[in-house]
This record gives sequence, C-alpha cells and structure tokens, in this order.
Amino acid sequence: MEDRKIAVRVDDLTVAYNYKPVLWDIDLTIPESVLMAIVGPNGAGKSTLIKAILGIIEPIAGSVTIYDKPYEKQRKLVAYVPQKGSVDWDFPTTALDVVMMGTYGKLGWIKRPGQKEKKASLEALEKVGMLPFKNRQISQLSGGQQQRVFLARALVQDAAIYFMDEPFQGVDATTEIAIINILKELRKAGKTVIVVHHDLQTVPEYFDWVTFLNVKKIATGPVKDIFNDDNLTKTYGINYKVAVNK
Amino acid sequence: MSTPQIEIQLIAAVVAMACAIPGVFLVLRKMALISDAISHSILPGIVIGFFLTEDLNSPWLILLAAITGVITVVLVEGIQKTGLVKEDTAIGLVFPALFSIGVILIAKNANDIHLDVDAVLLGELAFAPFDRLLIAEIDVGPKSLWVMGGILTITIGLLIAFFKELKVSTFDAGLSSALGFSPVVLHYGLMSISSVTVVGAFDAVGAVLVVALMIAPAATAYLLTSDLKKMLVLSVVFGVSSAIAGYWVAHLLDASISGSMTTVLGIVFLMVYLFAPRKGLIAVMYRQRQQRTEVSLLTFLLHLNNHTEKSERHINHLNEHINWQKVRSQTVVDLAQKNNMITVTNNIVTLTPKGKEFTDLALEYIVTNKDDKIEYMKDDFFLFRG
Repeated sequence: MEDRKIAVRVDDLTVAYNYKPVLWDIDLTIPESVLMAIVGPNGAGKSTLIKAILGIIEPIAGSVTIYDKPYEKQRKLVAYVPQKGSVDWDFPTTALDVVMMGTYGKLGWIKRPGQKEKKASLEALEKVGMLPFKNRQISQLSGGQQQRVFLARALVQDAAIYFMDEPFQGVDATTEIAIINILKELRKAGKTVIVVHHDLQTVPEYFDWVTFLNVKKIATGPVKDIFNDDNLTKTYGINYKVAVNK
Repeated sequence: MSTPQIEIQLIAAVVAMACAIPGVFLVLRKMALISDAISHSILPGIVIGFFLTEDLNSPWLILLAAITGVITVVLVEGIQKTGLVKEDTAIGLVFPALFSIGVILIAKNANDIHLDVDAVLLGELAFAPFDRLLIAEIDVGPKSLWVMGGILTITIGLLIAFFKELKVSTFDAGLSSALGFSPVVLHYGLMSISSVTVVGAFDAVGAVLVVALMIAPAATAYLLTSDLKKMLVLSVVFGVSSAIAGYWVAHLLDASISGSMTTVLGIVFLMVYLFAPRKGLIAVMYRQRQQRTEVSLLTFLLHLNNHTEKSERHINHLNEHINWQKVRSQTVVDLAQKNNMITVTNNIVTLTPKGKEFTDLALEYIVTNKDDKIEYMKDDFFLFRG
C-alpha cells in the first residue's frame, strides 16, 4: 500500500460560500488505482470538494495537486461527471453529441472533433450499452440512460482519474450495476475513481477506499480498515450500528 | 423596387441575422432578459459616444456603448452574488438606472444633438439608407449596412471558431471549466458580442425591438429542432424572413417598419408554438389525450387478464368497476376491438390471444421496469394512434 503513487493530494483546502466555510482545512491523499467513495451527510461539502479539486470553485485557502502537479497542468489526466441535475436535459443535442464533448478537452480551443473522436465516442456509448440511442435527443432518455451517457462522456476522456458526483442518483438497479461494473473495470485498469456516494449500505460492496467528510475530513483509508460504526457516528452524528450491520 | 427599398430590406436582413445568432445562446442559457437589460442600459454609452464622435455609426460609439452593455452584466452579477436579491430583481435594478442616466443626458442636451428618446426606443429603419458611407468621395452604400455587415461577419467568424466551446459551456458549465474552457471567458465573450450587436442594431430597430429580434427567432427555432446547428440555421431563417415580411407589411399598412417586423416575428412564433410537430401546443395536447387512452386501454386489458369469472367481464360491470364514464369505456372497448385484442359475445368481454400477448408484455414492463422493455412498448403503443 505504501509504495503506491499518490494520484490526488489536497492540502489545507478551505472553501467558503459568502464567507461561510463549507469545507474546512481538508488534507487528503488519494493513492493511485483505488475506487473511492466520498460519504457524508447533506451539506457536508462532498460535491464542493470535487469541484474545488477540479478548479470549478475557487478555494479561499489550500492547494491541490494531481500526480504532484497543479490541476491546470494535468487537465488531460482527469475526467469529471457532474450531477445529472446540474445540466438542462432539454438542450438541443443528441446522446452521441454529449459524449463527444468528452473529447473536447484533449482537442483544446478551436480545433474540432473529427472521425477519430466520433469513433471513440461510439465505442464509449457501446461500453455503457447506449449505442442504439446514439441519435436520440437527450430529453427523450430515461434518468438511467442519461447517467450512462454522462459515464460514456467520462470514458471517452480516457483519463487516469475519474471524479463522479452521485452517479447512482435516480437510476434503476440495472443501471447502477452496469455503472459500478464499469467503475470496477476502470480501477482494475489502474485508474483512480472518486465517487460522491449516498448509499452507505453499498459502500463495502462497491468501493475499496472511503473518505468520511462533514465540512472537515473525518477519516480516509481502505474500506476494510476504517468503514466502521465509530467513523460513521462521527460523520453523521447518530449511531449507525443498525444501518450497517443489516 | 427602388434602391432605398432594397437597401432597407438588406439592412433588416443583416440586422436580423446578427441578432439571431447570439440570441440562440441567450435563450439556451435562459438569459433572454439580459438582452433586454443590455439594450436599455447601453443608452448612456450611446449618448456619451455621440457627444464625442457626433456619429451614430462610429465604431468608437459602438465600442463605448458595448462596454456599457458588459458593465450592465457585471453589475447584475455583482448584485446577484451578494445573495441579497435574485437575478431578475438585479436586472430590474440595474438597467432602469443606466437607462435613466441616458434619458437625462439626452434631455439636458436636446438642443445640441439630433437624438430623441422615441428614436432610441423604436429606431427608424426608413432613414437608414440616407446615411451613406463615403470612401474617397465615392458612395459605397448605407453606413448602417456596412456597420451591421461587419458585426455579422465577426459574429459568424467567432461562432465558427468557438462553436464547440460555446456549446459545451452552455450545456454544462462545470465540465467546460474542468476541460479548461473557462465558462467565465465564454460568458463575457458572448455578452460582449451581444452588446456590440445590440448597439449596432439599435439605430435601425430601437432598444425595445432589438430584444424581439434576438429572442423570438431563437425561441421559435427551439420548438422545432433538437440540434443546435439546425437551431442556429432556423433562427437565422426566421429572423430574416420575418424582417423582410415585416418590411412589406409596413409598406402595405404604411406603418412602422420595426413595429411590423416584430409583429411578424410574434405571429410566426405563435404559429410554431401552436403547430410545431413535437413540442407544439396542439401536438402536446394530442399526445396527452392519446396517452390517456392508451393507459385506459391497458388498465382495461389488465382487468380482463386478472379476472376469468364472467361477472367481472360483463360489459356493464366494467363501466361500474373501472369507474369510467360510459363514453370513455365505449372508446376503449372500440379501440381494443378494432385492434383484435378482445371479443365481445353476449356482453361478455374476452381477451384474444393477441390481447393476451400484449397484456403480458405490458405486465412484464411494469414488473421489470427495464429500459429496453419501454422501447419495445413505445413502438407497440404507436400502433394505437389514430
């Protein structure tokens, strides 16, 4: 475990909205090739942590490095799946076109996607089982299908680190299993996957690494070592024995 | 057609095109009101620019006024960011303040400048051909045609260069930021080009109507397509055709050109709003009625499937049991019969093999809730339309 490379390092990160801290002095090291859940109650700053790491939100203090370099220099190593609810699904575009957006990062400004990008996007759609829907307008997709399209968009970024904000929100059981299988495959291929997660029951089954967060970092490490009642109680403020032992 | 007539239509078409393109992104970003704010708050910029240049079509005036437009956006966002008021309130606070400064400046200097509030609000396309652009004493055409042509060329150039960036930042600002396409830069780029367009167009169509030229074609196109490129093309087509049709309406009625253009835009929108094939009001109502019938049919078939006893399958009993009005029951029974899903003998309703198969399939979908089942069902349900 000790000789693993560090994929993401967060130092003394503090983020505030209107001068009210929502993340307070976070130190976090995420080793390479883990499938990590970030858990915590609502308002714990889970999404904010991801957004701050990716530079979408400006922190008021602290620093973030991706493989020992600032994020701006490592963009191409990182893929991001925002919350499904964060975009307007009535936007006039198709499933394939949304996936193609994942290729824009490597293209850079002005250059347009071509056949190579299209082929990669079709492959990503195939991987998530959405190829038959490639030309469908995105508002005509079900919630689970929309989430798969988002996942395909992240896959096409062909990154080393994947950040996902609640990918299981509002999806059916079939899609949830399909998504977690793909995430597990990514980890096996040596990628690092970081997921904001809500369902505590599935943490031991899905993930091998976990971070407990509630404005401050409570704990981080292998699921088998630290996913226990003590940390859950510290994070959620109530006794979680019943919930986890079920 | 006389030369001025052709020139007026040309200017109208170019203005409509230049407005329609940024309008598409404003509509998709749900920022239609910002165009209203910009179009009003550029007034002090125009007035001050006019004091300095004494030429409504001077590039300096356009630049100065466009900066006022961008300042409006900055102010609106600044006020909104305090969290004390919402965006619409912030817009409502900023643009009347700036606009009124412009009005006072005009009133104070009314004797010195040929600029009045009426012209500012409504514009006058009919006068546009009289202001000529002279290059080395040679008349090369109306000045506003050159100005708007230039703005349009820049707009199209930027659109082609940054289409992918505009698309991703409009659809998903978070991803855009993570990929390195700063949504802030793109936002202000769009705001700048919108401001420049509004200033350029304002002389021809005025501060109020320029909003219609930006928003109405995009809103109309949005109802007709689910492809951003097609939406852009359609917006331009609607904008240009409404502008030219508006000119001829004005010609026939001897009315204001800009007023007629806006009226045509409104009528075109209304028509599409009512009759658009998928998103139009009539199509939506038809679809909802159709869905209601389909659900009723399914309820009816499931009931038959669940009950083998004759008493449950008597046609009169069905009326009471499923609790439908007689007319509705009749429609559903007719529909089921028409599709060979049931047979009725001695007022007892029986499922046919086809009806049974359909019901089983529907049940399977309800139980498994699998996406692929929905797809199959959707095709099946289309069978019952019309």
